Amino acid sequence: MDLNELLEIAEKERQRAASVRIRCCTAAGCASSGAEEIKDRLEQSIKDAGLDNTVEVCSVGCMKFCGRGPLVEIDIPGVLYQQVSGDQVEAIVDALKQNKAAESGATPLDREHPFFTLQQPIVLENSGKINPERIEEYIAVGGYQNLYHVIHDMSPDEVVDEVTRSGLRGRGGGGYPTGLKWATVAKMPEGQKYVICNADEGDPGAFMDRSVLESDPHRIIEGMAIAAYAIGANHGYIYVRAEYPLAIKRLETAIKQAKRLGLMGSQIFDSPFDFKIDIRVGAGAFVCGEETALMQSIEGGRGNPRPRPPYPAQSGLWHSPTLINNVETFANIPAIVREGADWFASIGTEKSKGTKVFALTGKIRNTGLIEVPMGIALREIVEKMGGGVPRGEVKAVQTGGPSGGCIPAHLFDTPVEYDSLIQLGTMMGSGGMIVMDTETSMVDVAQFYMEFCRGESCGKCIPCRAGTVQMYQMLTKILRGEATLIDLEQLERVCGMVKATSLCGLGQTAPNPVLSTLRYFREEYLELLKDSPKAQGVASR
Amino acid sequence: MPSAQVNNRDRAPSAGSKAGSKAGSNAHPSGDKRFKVLDITMKRNQHRQDALIEVLHKAQEIFGYLEEDVLLYVARQLKLPLSKVYGVATFYHLFSLKPSGAHTCVVCLGTACYVKGASSLLEALKNQVGIEPGETTDNGQMSVMTARCIGACGLAPAAVYDGKVMGNQTAESVLDNIKGWLD
Repeated sequence: MDLNELLEIAEKERQRAASVRIRCCTAAGCASSGAEEIKDRLEQSIKDAGLDNTVEVCSVGCMKFCGRGPLVEIDIPGVLYQQVSGDQVEAIVDALKQNKAAESGATPLDREHPFFTLQQPIVLENSGKINPERIEEYIAVGGYQNLYHVIHDMSPDEVVDEVTRSGLRGRGGGGYPTGLKWATVAKMPEGQKYVICNADEGDPGAFMDRSVLESDPHRIIEGMAIAAYAIGANHGYIYVRAEYPLAIKRLETAIKQAKRLGLMGSQIFDSPFDFKIDIRVGAGAFVCGEETALMQSIEGGRGNPRPRPPYPAQSGLWHSPTLINNVETFANIPAIVREGADWFASIGTEKSKGTKVFALTGKIRNTGLIEVPMGIALREIVEKMGGGVPRGEVKAVQTGGPSGGCIPAHLFDTPVEYDSLIQLGTMMGSGGMIVMDTETSMVDVAQFYMEFCRGESCGKCIPCRAGTVQMYQMLTKILRGEATLIDLEQLERVCGMVKATSLCGLGQTAPNPVLSTLRYFREEYLELLKDSPKAQGVASR
Repeated sequence: MPSAQVNNRDRAPSAGSKAGSKAGSNAHPSGDKRFKVLDITMKRNQHRQDALIEVLHKAQEIFGYLEEDVLLYVARQLKLPLSKVYGVATFYHLFSLKPSGAHTCVVCLGTACYVKGASSLLEALKNQVGIEPGETTDNGQMSVMTARCIGACGLAPAAVYDGKVMGNQTAESVLDNIKGWLD
């Protein structure tokens, strides 16, 4: 495979594509609302109407408005239909014949809504546009050309330098500078090195990585290959949750296709660069999102974290230097190579560059996937894009999953960036954003997360194993109205202890949901205490 | 025995393992054909010890759950101590050492589902079926489980009925979807 052959595939694909395409979202969200059936019925109707020469029905990845699936988009007249049902198929095909939007039945979404207009897709640029199960479509939008460019026109050091200059930071939540991580692994002595893509998206309420894997799997492969070239690795692993069967299937297909075209394997693009990727499927352990636990799991063992240093960059998988990045981090790489570091660095804020994908869910009108530039105010996301809460008033937004915290409504003007969120006692996290209204009890939410951490603690270190149980019991006592102020003080002490002494990120951050709700919603805790008048009301009931 | 584990960690996967070279002669004495399917999976992974999780996934798919006999067999074929196989099988939530019911209903307890009332779905199931999450009915017809997050947050609250994900569930729709499962 050389550049000409790649461009030929792209050209052939552009000619092959029918003039009108009906795109059906078949990512997990829409699939569970019956998208496959809608797609089959559309195909049949197009055939029956004799339009199959000019119109193509294809399955694509996430179209972002997940709460209103199944979604169907048509190029001409450029409408995106929501909640399409089987009996609307005829109307859609009829309207297509007359080249206009369907008047009855199917409801189009307003593309001028801030939900769409405030988005700035980089990671999701192909999502919902190309068929994730055909490598040709990825190549037709310029895919794998970045890899060619990197291998033939850049030295590994130049690639690392480009990523460093872009200012990209880890999208898994920690926000560690990606370029620095790459440079550390690249500097290790030559020999066996590994690249790992962390697709163990365990935060409840987050589905960004899932959507990227289901919508544009080749992007991850290309990003990983570029990383492998930059650090001198020849073998990669994608560690993906078993709960995401469609993502696994599409990744397997993508890897097979890349191998077939010689874009994976030995001597890629007629260069000395070899690279292959294996998929490892998790088995339902949240702690395996932690990098050292993840590596243990790839090696076939229990997902127990180990102390750092040594960091994976120095001694990781099978003691070899290992680069671990999140799905979204790798998904940014092809765009950075294509458009340049300066372009990427011009987006976002001084310390947080680029965009971030969020899964906007909970008590909000418009649920779905959004990709916004860093620095956007939370208010813009919740009120404009999300359309506010359906009933009552918005109370808080939870970010960062079980490691994060709740941001109260009066702080919604805070820009969304790594450092400002940490100052608020929460974190960017991998991108779950759960909106809560005034009906939600924050103590209840804190208990929910503690129950989660209690169940997911691997049990290796005592502060986390015993501390999460203690904290859970104290929260239960508070919720039952049996606690006193002394219990609350005790809870705060245990939080501090677990945070300071746990071995890995899971334990160190497990108290965060409690601490952040205590910081902003302390009165809710106080109201539940035994001697408060309100709690006595509860007890007498 | 610990030396075997240390060796495993030190050996890169490409180096492979000779552990399974005699696997053919060690076929399961019961003659149960399902073990042959498992053999194929282990062979495909060159009997590498680091493929343990893949092998257990396959075993659970074939047998429905990981009975002791299966764990013993896997340990023997991969030349791993049973303690290690048992340790891995019990560490991960998706591996089950008990048989589950003919039908399963999994209620998602992710944050989005939780704030939108997933606990009322569990409550309804408990009242109707009389079992707690993680339990199976006495007649073996139905199991109720919970999931940490199935990633269908846009459709919260969600539940999975025999592998089929359904969104926007209510206490009524849950009972509707399990209709007939208990007979």
